[in-house]
Amino acid sequence: MISPETELRKLMLASLDGNAVAHRALLSRLSGHLRAYYRSKLARAGRSVGDAEDLVQEAVLAIHLKRHTYDPTEPLTPWVHAIARFKLIDFLRRTRRSTTDLPIDAAEDVTAGDDRSGAESSLDLARLMELLPEKMRCSIVAVKLDGRSVAEAAARCGVSESSVKINIHRGLKRLAASIAKESRA
Amino acid sequence: MKTEELLDLLSTGDVGVDRTPHSWTIGAAVVIGAVAALIGVAFVLGFRPDLADSRAAGFLVLKLSFTIAVVVLASFLLTKLARPGGERRTRPILIVLPFAVIAALGLVNLSFAPPAHWEAMIVGDQWLECLLSIPLIAIVPFAATIWAVRKGAPTNLRLAGAVAGLFAGGVSAMAYALHCMDDLLPFVTVWYGGTILLCALAGAALGPRLLRW
Repeated sequence: MISPETELRKLMLASLDGNAVAHRALLSRLSGHLRAYYRSKLARAGRSVGDAEDLVQEAVLAIHLKRHTYDPTEPLTPWVHAIARFKLIDFLRRTRRSTTDLPIDAAEDVTAGDDRSGAESSLDLARLMELLPEKMRCSIVAVKLDGRSVAEAAARCGVSESSVKINIHRGLKRLAASIAKESRA
Repeated sequence: MKTEELLDLLSTGDVGVDRTPHSWTIGAAVVIGAVAALIGVAFVLGFRPDLADSRAAGFLVLKLSFTIAVVVLASFLLTKLARPGGERRTRPILIVLPFAVIAALGLVNLSFAPPAHWEAMIVGDQWLECLLSIPLIAIVPFAATIWAVRKGAPTNLRLAGAVAGLFAGGVSAMAYALHCMDDLLPFVTVWYGGTILLCALAGAALGPRLLRW
């Protein structure tokens, strides 16, 4: 985790300045690191490696939503690691009871999980979006999924431009909360 | 859901971020907490009548130095603990310092007095009021602090909760000092120090639930 620090930090600084391409690249790179991290940790904890992608998505969302807490003067890797670890412990805690019967299959899970690179979680985005209030869903769909401008989204959803931004922020927070609830396994 | 889909979702449109330093949010909580505590003391308990008296002022300075030291250290720790991994970059043990100093001064004070006076010096006149008031006055500052820390992303929730409690107890004790007539250091050590620690314990118990994100 030492060599990518310089590069990742550069991407993070650009992303904090509003560079969407850098933000995409950063999240993509980080999700690769997170996937490897969660697979090895889950395997070591005797858990199903199949849950790794749920965790990757939860952590990526957390990184996105909490990126204002990164201090640009500090190295990035410890910050990411602290979030990744926090989400892992949270996950292990809330799924403790339901997985007590798993350890025997763990070794199989590792081999089964390793050749499956299709990074897909058990979560259904369309269904999670359904859970959002109308105004939030409309703003997110317009700007984030259809790639429209904030002004266009405002016209389409019938709200002001500033509330489009607020709705997106709150909507993503709600989405993160429901993802955490869904991956309760 | 494919992770790629999520990444597209998160990186489409305006990705700029509000860069207001998080320490400002903590600062706002400090101000809200202090004002709320002062209002509580001023309107419910009332300030002590001899505030202008020089002897009382001397004791008041000591009490305030202790409580302000707790508040300053705790709010500094909170700015660290509200960030991911912040618990690794700080030494929460520093917070013991004001307690150690006031306890040492209290012991010196006791050692100069005959043992027959010790009980009165420790128990004072208003220990029960002190025991009840400080945690009660701490409620609003505690809520403000939890709000501020939640804006960040603490990764050690028990510790962050404990320090939030410590901070709230310190702010509350600071305001309560303007009312309380018990001035002796052994009293301050036990009842001010003790109730602030109780607030910290309550914060440690509540932290994991209130600060989860």
